[in-house]
Amino acid sequence: MMKEPYGPRPGKVLNPTRIMVYGVLIIAALYYLLPLYIMITTSVKGLPEIRMGNIFALPVEVTFAPWAKAWDSACTGLYCEGLKTGFWNSVTITIPSVIVSIAIASVNGYALSNWKFKGSEVFFTILIFGSFIPFQVMLYPLVIITREMGIFGSLWGIIFIHTIFGMPILTLLFRNYFASLPEELFKAARVDGAGFWGIFFKIMVPMSAPIFVVAIILQVTGIWNDFLFGVVFAGTENFPMTVQLNNIVNSKQGVTEYNVNMAATILTGAVPLIVYFLSGKYFVRGIAAGAVKG
Amino acid sequence: MKNSIEIRDLSLNFGAVKVLTDLNLDIHDGEFLVLLGASGCGKSTLLNCIAGLLDVSGGQIFINGDNVTWKEPKERGIGMVFQSYALYPQMTVEGNLSFGLKNAKVPKSEIAKKIAHAASILQIEPLLQRKPGELSGGQRQRVAIGRALVREVEVFLFDEPLSNLDAKLRADLRVEIKRLHQKLQNTMIYVTHDQIEAMTLADRIAIMKDGLVQQLADPRTIYNNPVNKYVAGFIGSPGMNFLDGQLKQGKPASFQMAKSSIDLSNYRFQQTFTDGCKATFGIRPEHIVVGGAAADMPFSQEIEVEIIEPMGSDTLVWAKIESQDFRFMLDGQVQINTGDKVRIGFDPTIASIFDEETELRV
Repeated sequence: MMKEPYGPRPGKVLNPTRIMVYGVLIIAALYYLLPLYIMITTSVKGLPEIRMGNIFALPVEVTFAPWAKAWDSACTGLYCEGLKTGFWNSVTITIPSVIVSIAIASVNGYALSNWKFKGSEVFFTILIFGSFIPFQVMLYPLVIITREMGIFGSLWGIIFIHTIFGMPILTLLFRNYFASLPEELFKAARVDGAGFWGIFFKIMVPMSAPIFVVAIILQVTGIWNDFLFGVVFAGTENFPMTVQLNNIVNSKQGVTEYNVNMAATILTGAVPLIVYFLSGKYFVRGIAAGAVKG
Repeated sequence: MKNSIEIRDLSLNFGAVKVLTDLNLDIHDGEFLVLLGASGCGKSTLLNCIAGLLDVSGGQIFINGDNVTWKEPKERGIGMVFQSYALYPQMTVEGNLSFGLKNAKVPKSEIAKKIAHAASILQIEPLLQRKPGELSGGQRQRVAIGRALVREVEVFLFDEPLSNLDAKLRADLRVEIKRLHQKLQNTMIYVTHDQIEAMTLADRIAIMKDGLVQQLADPRTIYNNPVNKYVAGFIGSPGMNFLDGQLKQGKPASFQMAKSSIDLSNYRFQQTFTDGCKATFGIRPEHIVVGGAAADMPFSQEIEVEIIEPMGSDTLVWAKIESQDFRFMLDGQVQINTGDKVRIGFDPTIASIFDEETELRV
């Protein structure tokens, strides 16, 4: 005899919907993981093994020599010092660019959402409009501007460029986030006698950890992965890792060392990957929080 | 009496929308003034103008004789309590209370003394080290009041402070605010849409509609002598009964409906009227007498009960007089059923009559 329905409804573990969902997800995951698998296995194979042509095969003999070479002694153009100089160049470009761009954009967003002035909406529109113009269009004018400023081909030049190009999206992000905070908090702080900077540092910033995390992730990945601005504005001695990777992979002399190329590529992509793995959940949360109010 | 706040010809526009127009208001020293009105009437806007959180489009604001029209909120000697509490979430209660004092560069020992004093008045001493997230709604609002209290301001501004609380807590905190006012004797301006809060707390009530003050008077006057139909209908729960008819001059003057008339010989007219002008007769449901005593009243009629709404202490009865809705209150213990015939009566001297066109009191 069937029991009367009572309490929680018994759920079926496997029903057609669930099989479909998991099936699609597993296939998609495999599809996206396959290149990574090939990169990793190839990077720990020796060249003779690679020449056998079984790119899906697991390595017979694991060797880390290609990794060492990619890091320490692969030839990037004229020099054969591996990626390590590029890595440190990227670090010295990324850290100040991220800090400066976020510092300016957060104040921008705060001013645009809380201290509206005559024309602030127009100003904001113009700023956002900037993000729709392709970078390439602005490249040459910016070369001239930085040359006139005397910072072309220097670390300062590339930091300046990254700060400018981070501005529209970051300002939008911060403005929307600050607009989603209760307005009464801002009013209360004004009544309590806090000024522009007092409210920003003591009230707004402590409440904005999620959006700062999002901004940091966006900027770190964006600037680390940048190739175009690095090759144009940074100057030869400051070439970021992406430029050096290109020089390693695209050099057309001698034997193509696939294992070194793979190792170098993984090394270059490692930083954004690690950043994302460590803070992915904040990223999703922060994007959701910033998107609520436009 | 000295004025604590004077508002002169205040206007405020949001673009083309005129929220406040040429508003004048004097608030006495130590007075508890309630700004009452439906949402969108401009009462919160007015409060924000007084606080300095909104720039005015015209006019002046004086606080203690000081023209503060262009001054920052912190220079106005005001404290403000918000509906959503607006406590700084990342600071402890103590941090919240001390924030304003730190901004004013008050010495540390002094801050500690002031916080201890405010905490003891509001009985929040055990909560000082907690974060706002760990407090109940009532506790949060107490802290919010404390934040205004520690700064020892001249004027307290309350922006619907109890609207986020449940009914029981609201009643408790209402009494506490009243007690606080009696103790501190500060000027307080209190914005609400709740007429019970307004009636119980206020020394004077300013009823606002469409950015204009309709009536500014003590609660008793507002209740008994509303200047227009809007005020009469807004104050009182359940609302006043309105009967349409005509005013007839003569000795005595009377209010004529289709079949019956109400004798107005003892009604204190406030303005003259033309004979036969259309008017509205207003009488509060709680002023209706039922049963034996009703027959002795200047106006009395037998009516049939249509709907009853028992509310415990009282019962609200719906009926019709000359096919117009008519409500009256009965003691909750009286047995009554739908369809019963009841004799009701009232004294027209405590009624309010309004001109139908101008809606002003006659």
